[in-house]
Amino acid sequence: MAGEVVLLDFWPSMFAMRVRIALAEKGIRYESKEEDLSNKSPLLLEMNPINKQIPVLIHNGKPVCESLIIVQYIDEVWNDKSPLLPSDPYQRAQARFWADFVDNKVSGAAKKVWSTKGEEQEAGKKEFLEALKTMEGELGDKPYFGGETFGYVDLSFITFYSWFHAYEVLGNINIEAECPKIITWAKRCMQKEAVAKTLPDQKKVYEFVVQLRKMFVSE
Amino acid sequence: MAELKLFRTWSSTFALRVVWALNLKGIQYDTIFEDLSNKSSLLLQYNPIYKKVPVLVHNGKPLVESLLILEYIDETWKQTPLLPEDPSERATARFWAKFGDDKVLLSVWNVFIKQGKDKEEAIVTAQENLGFVERQLTGKKFFNGETIGFVDLAFGWLANLPSVWEEICGVTLIDHEKFPMLSEWIQNFAGAPIIKESWPPRDKLITKYQALHEVYTSKEAPK
Repeated sequence: MAGEVVLLDFWPSMFAMRVRIALAEKGIRYESKEEDLSNKSPLLLEMNPINKQIPVLIHNGKPVCESLIIVQYIDEVWNDKSPLLPSDPYQRAQARFWADFVDNKVSGAAKKVWSTKGEEQEAGKKEFLEALKTMEGELGDKPYFGGETFGYVDLSFITFYSWFHAYEVLGNINIEAECPKIITWAKRCMQKEAVAKTLPDQKKVYEFVVQLRKMFVSE
Repeated sequence: MAELKLFRTWSSTFALRVVWALNLKGIQYDTIFEDLSNKSSLLLQYNPIYKKVPVLVHNGKPLVESLLILEYIDETWKQTPLLPEDPSERATARFWAKFGDDKVLLSVWNVFIKQGKDKEEAIVTAQENLGFVERQLTGKKFFNGETIGFVDLAFGWLANLPSVWEEICGVTLIDHEKFPMLSEWIQNFAGAPIIKESWPPRDKLITKYQALHEVYTSKEAPK
């Protein structure tokens, strides 16, 4: 179960953050190697030759790729504490569905908010807020998506909170006004040590995204 | 006795994965065929987000997204396991299934629908992706080893649709020389018991995809 754990990492990546939260929740010691994505390390290219992307978890020399797959792996290997996924198969299927929804619907739309302008950005903003409202509907009156405790869906989605300030400024939107329950939920998650210590400061992310936006949009 | 209903269409390659999984495990279920141009109110109720097939309803509770349904089936009915037990192997299986759906399927589909320079580029990308898939079969009869498993079901469409599309658009993507292991896997998988009983009628598939091909290739500027 123990053994060497290395994470190929990138501090603003909301996908890498998911893995860092999972590792923190389970109390797993690991080495984080920060990648320069404009100059990918030979290790990254060796460990993820297909997609050449972070995060990659290297456990006892063997790579695991794709953030949600990594989180499930961590949950299965370190299964003695802090379960991330529910034990009931139907609830597990529901949890996987909603984490995939974040990847399929929230993520793509969110990218449009900061990386486009004009009509394309307007469409992206609409899509993004609709996806957030769908998440809000799923949350309902529960404290967490997982119910009474922080779980897999919460972990998959909370990392995007670190980018909210960037979305709001660059997209000229007010997420709290549109989806107040999401903000309440996010703040609740931020009270967890694993989350608070993992998520970077929103202003720092904003500065990063402003620079990144220049690669996509001429203004 | 558990109540199990599968909403599918006659041709959906994703729904076929669920058919195979249930049949491989010897599980009884009822089938409801949907007409996607006229979706039933039940389908819309069970899958309000994506409004697609397949949907598996188990004791009144709906499950959607074919790969998630496969995981649920594997966790609920333990005979003929689809996923390996070892967490590292499970993660690898999930990775390849995701790669198949996110990258391989789209790249092969692009070869079918695009024209001119776009088609040339699509062929390069598709063959690069298929090369990655081919190497996964090194030393194995199936992606899962000696028996059919999760990744085989996820790639099941490869054993059927490319040959249909090839007949229509004239491009052979998976030839025996370039992809010897994949070609052999296609034979083994397509002809395996349970699998071979469920293929949709080929002539109907040709008609369906011929019509789609015309729609895509009649547009002025291929996208």
